[in-house]
Amino acid sequence: MSTTTTASPNEAKLWGGGQSPFSSEYGKVMMWYFLMSDAFTFGAFLISYGTVRFSTNGWPNSNEVFKSFPFAPEGVNAPLVFVSIMTFILIISSVTMVLAVHAGKNMDKQGVVRNMILTIIGGIAFLSCQAWEWNHLHSEGAWWGMNPFLNADGTASTTNFTNFFFTITGFHGFHVFSGVVINIIMLIMTLLNKFEQRGHYLMIEKAGLYWHFVDLVWVFVFTIFYLL
Amino acid sequence: MSHSHSDHEAHNAEAMAEIKKVTIILSVFTIVELILGFWMMSMTSAALKLAIKGTIVILMMAKAFYIVAYFMHLKHEVKNLIMTIIVPLSLFVWFIGAFLWDGSSFRNLRNNYNPYFKEQSTIKVEKKEEEHGAAKHEATEAKHESIAPTNETTKPAKEPYY
Repeated sequence: MSTTTTASPNEAKLWGGGQSPFSSEYGKVMMWYFLMSDAFTFGAFLISYGTVRFSTNGWPNSNEVFKSFPFAPEGVNAPLVFVSIMTFILIISSVTMVLAVHAGKNMDKQGVVRNMILTIIGGIAFLSCQAWEWNHLHSEGAWWGMNPFLNADGTASTTNFTNFFFTITGFHGFHVFSGVVINIIMLIMTLLNKFEQRGHYLMIEKAGLYWHFVDLVWVFVFTIFYLL
Repeated sequence: MSHSHSDHEAHNAEAMAEIKKVTIILSVFTIVELILGFWMMSMTSAALKLAIKGTIVILMMAKAFYIVAYFMHLKHEVKNLIMTIIVPLSLFVWFIGAFLWDGSSFRNLRNNYNPYFKEQSTIKVEKKEEEHGAAKHEATEAKHESIAPTNETTKPAKEPYY
């Protein structure tokens, strides 16, 4: 069989053996495939939310449900404010993660340590915001199986809204939590000079991929639950 | 893209410029989304609201593209690797279309053939219940109880129909 009749010279070189055809390390490629499967899990959650919402006549107005702010007096009307702070926290922590990966490529240990610490702080800040929001909603009587909020048109609502909200933001929050744990492990390994000994900071890149995915999912969750 | 190791400094500056650019793009898109969200609150026209929602979805997809392409460096990977990730994910086009269509078809069927479902979505709840924990709504007709302070005794609780 001829192997080079259709392939371009570049392609023939990539698949000719002797090197990784994806020019990428095994663990990194596998992290990509894990994230793809995770994207399907989150996608399934969000699409089922959309299906149920499309099959229901009324739905609570997110601007009435998420109008509170910490330390603000009861009954304050500040829709979108708190969640936009959460969104920016996650975007900024994603940027510091990119900077950590970038520092790792330059074998700059100080830069990795500094930016990993900032990323971990961002992750913990996000989780704290989410903990406050969950606690506040629970004090208003919202939980799995309990929905105190009426539909936007004033009719009685079902518990679908709170069930989906707590399940999906909970699943995302669990991802943030595991991301923070992974980042802390990476920080400890950096401080122990593990990556200096290996001669590369590929593990930081893999943790970075996971962390960016968490941010990516929040882009969707934030838009779908709070804006649409 | 191929980079020679000699111009390491130039490559560094280029990478930093890219990070800065993407950060600004993500922030601006988020701010635009929030402005649209605030604007939408005072809006009454359903068609205009739908147009704004469409714009927000486009901005969301653009943000997702910038995060995946630049922060996750997928754009700088080998084309075959990109394809093994993007092609399976394109199934979402079908997923979203099919399932949302199914949902709205189910709503139409229920509205046409299930009078109870339809009736439930027209009865307005008179007032919000303040008791915490017991989140049960008393579905009452609008005119029926305007004076009664305790809605416990007036009418049996109607559970919303799923």
